[in-house]
Amino acid sequence: MKSVALQSKLTTVLLKSLTILLFFAFSVSSYSQDMDENRQKEGRKLFRSLCASCHKLDKKLVGPALGGVEERRENSWLKSWIKNNAEFQKVNAEAAEASLYATTAMNAFPQLTDKNIDDILYYTTVGEIKKVPAPGETSIGGNVVSDGGAPSWVIYFLAGAIVVAFLMIAGLLKQVNELKGKKKPEIQSNLRRDLQELWAGLKKNTFLKVLGTIFALLMGAYIVFGMLFSVGVDQGYQPIQPIAFSHKIHSGENKIDCQYCHSSAKHSKHSGIPSVNVCMNCHMAIAEVAEGTEIEWNGQIYGKERLDREIAKVYDAAGWDPEELEYTGEEKPVKWVRIHNLPDLVYYNHAQHVTVGGIKCQKCHGPVEEMDEMYQYSPLTMGWCINCHRETNVDLKGNEYYAKIHDQLAKQYGVEKVTIAQLGGLECGKCHY
Amino acid sequence: MKNFKLVIALVIVASIYSCNDKKTRQAQYMPDMYESIPYKTDGAKGLGGNPVNRKPVDGTLPRGGTPAYDIANTIEGYDQAKATLISPLEKNEKNLDNGKKMYAIYCISCHGKKGDGNGYLSTSEKFAGIPNYKDRDITEGSIYHVLIHGKGVMGSHSGQLTYKERWQIIQYVEVLRADLLK
Repeated sequence: MKSVALQSKLTTVLLKSLTILLFFAFSVSSYSQDMDENRQKEGRKLFRSLCASCHKLDKKLVGPALGGVEERRENSWLKSWIKNNAEFQKVNAEAAEASLYATTAMNAFPQLTDKNIDDILYYTTVGEIKKVPAPGETSIGGNVVSDGGAPSWVIYFLAGAIVVAFLMIAGLLKQVNELKGKKKPEIQSNLRRDLQELWAGLKKNTFLKVLGTIFALLMGAYIVFGMLFSVGVDQGYQPIQPIAFSHKIHSGENKIDCQYCHSSAKHSKHSGIPSVNVCMNCHMAIAEVAEGTEIEWNGQIYGKERLDREIAKVYDAAGWDPEELEYTGEEKPVKWVRIHNLPDLVYYNHAQHVTVGGIKCQKCHGPVEEMDEMYQYSPLTMGWCINCHRETNVDLKGNEYYAKIHDQLAKQYGVEKVTIAQLGGLECGKCHY
Repeated sequence: MKNFKLVIALVIVASIYSCNDKKTRQAQYMPDMYESIPYKTDGAKGLGGNPVNRKPVDGTLPRGGTPAYDIANTIEGYDQAKATLISPLEKNEKNLDNGKKMYAIYCISCHGKKGDGNGYLSTSEKFAGIPNYKDRDITEGSIYHVLIHGKGVMGSHSGQLTYKERWQIIQYVEVLRADLLK
C-alpha cells in the first residue's frame, strides 16, 4: 500500500516537471524576435566571407563599424559603393570623401546582386541572433542539478557523520577496555627502550658497525653525487613569464606552426623570441579570447577576463591603441624570462638541426603544443646531446654536396646509414671551441 | 644539542625543497658561463641601455642582402607595385618546393591549403573574411607588396621571411591561384 502511494506521488512529480520543461521549451522556441532568420543567416554568411576581413558590426577595424549603416547612408548609395566604389567615387563627391577613411582602398564586389547586398545590409541592421535566456531557465538548471547528483553539502554532512561515528566507537571501546581492568599500553616507553637496546647491541657488534658505516658512506656519496650532478641542469625549469602566453592555445588548438613565430630557427643559431609585431599579425584583429577559454597558469586557472587582460599587455608593449586601432609609437619591450640556456662553453645551432637535419622541435622541447606554461623538457646535458648523436641517422638523400663523403663513410663502417657520431658528431671540437 | 639537530634537519629539508623548486634555476657552477659579458641576442639591455633586438638604422643593407623595399604603404604604392614589380627568381621546382614549405608555415593557417581562404583559423571562426585567391586580381608585385606591408587585417610578414623566401612563396601562390581559376 505504502509503495503504491509512493509510486503515484513519483508519477505526479515527474509529470509536473515534464510539463514545466515543455512549457519552457515552447516559450524558448516561440520567442519571436521580429526577424527574418533566413535573411539574417544569408547576410551573415556573405558578411563573414566578404566583408569581415575589414569590417566589424560594433567596432572599427580597417574600415568603419557597419552596425546600423543604413541609418547613415541611403540604400542606393551603399549599393553603388559596394559594387564598385572606385567608379562611384568619380561621380559622387560623398563617395570620394568616404574613400579617404582608410589607407587601403576597398575592394569592388561586382559579383554581388542587389538581393545579396540587401541581405548583408539586413544583417548589419539586425545583428546577431541574440540567445535571450527565457525567464525561469535558470530555475530549470537548478532543478536539474538537484535531481541529478547530490549537492556537495550532503557529501560533507555524510563525511562528518562518519568521522563522528568513528570517534564514538573508539571512545566506547576504550571505556570497555578500562572497565575490563586492562591498563593503557605503554607504547612510547617500550619503543624507546627497544631502540636503546638495539643501539647497545649494535655498539658491541663490530661486524654490524662496519656494515653500518659502509652503508652510511654509500648513502652519503649517493646523495652528494646526486646533488652535484643536478648543478646547472635545469630540467623542468618553469619560471613565471610576464605574459600568460599559452603554447597550448596557439600551437595546439589553433595549429600555428612553431616556426611562424620562432622564424629565426630556420636560418640562425638562435630560435629567437618573436618580437611583438609577430603577435600583432593576429592580435590586431583578435582582442579577446573565445568564450570559455581557460588555461592553467602558475597553479591557478585563468579565465576569459584575465586572459583578455593578458592580450592587453601585448597591446601595451606594441604601443597599439585597441580603441582607435592605430599605433601610438610608445613601445615597451616584453621581458620574457629565458628558459633554455646553454653555457657559453658549448656551441649549438638551431638552423643546423631544424633546416639541415629536419628535426622536429618537439624532439628536444617536448610536447610544447600541450603546455599552457612553458618548461624545459630536456636536461640539455652533454650526455643527452651525445646520445642523440649516436642514435640519429644522417639523411643521405638529396645531398649532392656530401654524397661522396657519405658513400666513403658508409663503406668504411660497413653500414648503409651513417649516424651523426660516425660523421664526426662526437668530436670535442664540433661543439666546444 | 636538541636545537642543533633541528637546525640540521631544517637545512636538509630546505635544500631538498629548493632543489625541487621549478620556478628558480639550479645552482650553477661558474655562472659567468651562463650569464656572460657579451650581449645576448634578445637581451633587454644592450648598448646605451637599449634592448639588443632593435630595428636597423634606415637604409641598412644586410650582408648579402638586397636593398630595402621602398614603395610606400599607400593605395598608390599598391598600384605601383602591382604594375611594376617582377620576381627576380627563376621559375623552377626547387623554388616552388621551398615556396610550398614556407607557405605551409606562414600562410596556411588563414589562407588554407589550396589558397581558398579556408585555413584552420578561418574554419574554426577565429578569423573571418579571408579571401579566395581567385576572387582577387593579384599579380606578383601586388602579392609582394602585401607580404611586406600587410593589407587590412593581415600584418606584415617581411620580418619572418628572407627576400628569396618571399618570392618563392609568391611563386607557389601564383600556382595555387592558377589551380583555383581552372
